Amino acid sequence: MNGSILQNSVIFLGAALICVPIAKRLGIGSVIGYLFGGILIGPFVLGWVGSEGEDIMHAAEFGVVMMLFLIGLELNPQSFWNMRKSILGMGGAQMVFTSLLIFPFLRYFWDFSFNASVAIALSFAMSSTAIVLQTLKEKGLSQTQAGRASFAVLLLQDIAVIPILALLPLLAIGTVNNTKSEHDHPNFISDLDAGYATLVIVGVVLFIYLAGRFLINPFLHFIAKVRMRELFTISALFIVIGVSWLMEQVGISPALGAFMAGVVLANSEFRHELESNVEPFKGVLLGLFFTAVGSTINFDIIFAQPLNIISFVLSIMFIKALVLLVIGQFFRLTPDQDILFALLLAQLGEFAFVLLATARQLNITDAVSSDFLMASVTVSMILSPILLYLNEKFIAPRFGVKESLSLAAMDHIEEENEVIIAGFGHFGSTVGRFLRANGVYATVLDSDSDRVMLLRKMGFKVFYGDATRLDLLVAAGAEKAKVLICAIDDPEKSMELVDIVQKHFPHLKIFMRTKNRYYAYEMLDRGIENVYRETLETSVNLGVDVLHEMGLRKYTLTRKASEFIKHDKESTKKLAKSRHDHDDYILRVKEEIEWQEKLLSEDITFFDFKHDTAWEAPSRQQPSAKAS
Amino acid sequence: MPVRKILVLFFHPRFEDSRANKALIKAISTIENVTIRDMYEQYPDFNIDVKQEQKLLLKHDIIVWQHPFFWYNCPPLMKQWIDLVLELGWAYGRNGQNLEGKHIFNVITSGGSLEVYQKTGRNRFTYREFLNSFDQTAYLCHMHYLPPFLVPAAGRLTEEELNIYSENYCKILKVIQQPDFDFTQLQEIVYFNDFKL
Repeated sequence: MNGSILQNSVIFLGAALICVPIAKRLGIGSVIGYLFGGILIGPFVLGWVGSEGEDIMHAAEFGVVMMLFLIGLELNPQSFWNMRKSILGMGGAQMVFTSLLIFPFLRYFWDFSFNASVAIALSFAMSSTAIVLQTLKEKGLSQTQAGRASFAVLLLQDIAVIPILALLPLLAIGTVNNTKSEHDHPNFISDLDAGYATLVIVGVVLFIYLAGRFLINPFLHFIAKVRMRELFTISALFIVIGVSWLMEQVGISPALGAFMAGVVLANSEFRHELESNVEPFKGVLLGLFFTAVGSTINFDIIFAQPLNIISFVLSIMFIKALVLLVIGQFFRLTPDQDILFALLLAQLGEFAFVLLATARQLNITDAVSSDFLMASVTVSMILSPILLYLNEKFIAPRFGVKESLSLAAMDHIEEENEVIIAGFGHFGSTVGRFLRANGVYATVLDSDSDRVMLLRKMGFKVFYGDATRLDLLVAAGAEKAKVLICAIDDPEKSMELVDIVQKHFPHLKIFMRTKNRYYAYEMLDRGIENVYRETLETSVNLGVDVLHEMGLRKYTLTRKASEFIKHDKESTKKLAKSRHDHDDYILRVKEEIEWQEKLLSEDITFFDFKHDTAWEAPSRQQPSAKAS
Repeated sequence: MPVRKILVLFFHPRFEDSRANKALIKAISTIENVTIRDMYEQYPDFNIDVKQEQKLLLKHDIIVWQHPFFWYNCPPLMKQWIDLVLELGWAYGRNGQNLEGKHIFNVITSGGSLEVYQKTGRNRFTYREFLNSFDQTAYLCHMHYLPPFLVPAAGRLTEEELNIYSENYCKILKVIQQPDFDFTQLQEIVYFNDFKL
């Protein structure tokens, strides 16, 4: 240890600050930025960090736990239950077949002992939840086939850690006899026999469920009433850390426990609060984790036998990818999604560190091979983002090119379209279809390759990828187009796109879909005039139909509805201007209530001025040309 | 010959506030073989289904345009209906004989009294003169234009007066519905109000 905590923090954070923006700019994702930052500060380049990198890595592993908690929050019990088939089917097949194939490879090509081969094969079947989920989120691929499939497989792996950890001591018996299993965390499951252990696990799961329902939620209500922001942050951390600690006590993976807690709380009204409080910690810890992984790479081993390591890692990743490819085929993923799926999960993961460390403690593997294996895991983690980058650059586009060439035969419009639609989900597709029905063809940008394929087949001009990529926008003809319709679902992504378009293509007129009033303000602030809230017209139309049901006349309602929409748009513009003279530290909920109040008082002025005098003059006695 | 079928095309942008039209519509709504179409309820967005409207016209023998008399004319949706439904080649022009022989007339609620709609009155022209464009429209479409039925000073009518107008409206529809009704006797009459029921 050659530095204080402060010094280490400066080094780690600094490395991230320098390397991550560069990696993002190069379009290779943040994970690899962190990893290289770690390598840079590690003992083999600058040497600013020594062995403490490993400690930091173990501490930062907690980021994975938080990530699973957040994933759980996004997934309520119902949708989790709906996924059971892919989790068991795809995930189970991946674990079983990968281990079965890696085992003989280790046993016969690399001369590991039988027990060591079993232990390593199981550890190597795991992929990196941290890398994969981070990548999916960053590239907006979570909702694609490959994204969903990867998620299911990762979930099963996280669950599988528990039985594997339980299995490792059994493997130790065969090798060395002096193993009075010295776990770092002696837990009480290991002292019980299998039946009781299962009972305990079921009990704990039940406890988490009941606690989430009847303990945590009322508790959060209580905390919310105190109205101190930091207390909420503390509660969120307390929940995640508390659950993890509890899990560790009984010997279940903390990540899995946190995931279950998240699922239970997914229906809570505090979901978003918890999310926004835990999210930054997760981000920081994960970044730290990747940096630490980078800093602990033992280059001595790698340089001593570079070919060995590289061929070992590549073979393992090849086996994993192959198994995934076949599984993807079996579950009918389209070819390019299948390749993405295989490359996403081909790396070795952070669980391999944990399992390998345990195997080492149990003397299943010796020190030399353990170092070798650890180095392999790290190398594969570094290779993973590179592979994905190569796929994105060279393999995925091929599917696109091939497809569009075969389409040249159709009477497909080749000239540059004047309209570009970013995002072709439920919103964008409706706009696009309407335009097309009126003879206006738009160029579509979308990041779901299945959809892209379908649209190409239907004769749309489609580009596959992240709409915020400058090269993609250029390829789609942003320089010559007149109108850009932003129909992206993710508001953050939309804002990113707007910033890029305003900077590089100022001539493009932007028509903006916004999720809600809040984001409409953001867009108005950015000087965008054509802002469309997805909820405005729909809710007014619903209101129209309800009022008709109550006996009001349709034509009157039609007029009232358009007046109301006009009024609402005007008041949104008005309020957007006065929004900034506002204290930032007010609780978000409170702020929203205040805005609601302002809006409602705007409405009152609307009522005052809008006595309907159409066709019906206030005084009928007047000599009027109109009458009933 | 069976009973004649009547189609009442009713146009009012604020029907909910029109006492006179509510009474009139209510009165005729129980007569058999009379179809009432509340057009502003049907087409609040002015997007008229032309094929549907033409189909309805073909199924009826007598058409009634019932509407308030805004600015000496019909409400905008009714003009929209005329513009879109009475197509060239369907209602008029070459092969446009689908409406041939049908009867049509206006039923009007109006703010002004009969007296102000005189050559010497404030409005300088009679109702019938203002309605000439509808007369000519019917003529071009090979239909017989019948005398209009007026409910003048509609906003100031007492309940009883309104009841009489409603009853008369009913009687008119029932009489002209009869297969043996002789339409030539209407030629001498300027307004249906003057017809001896």
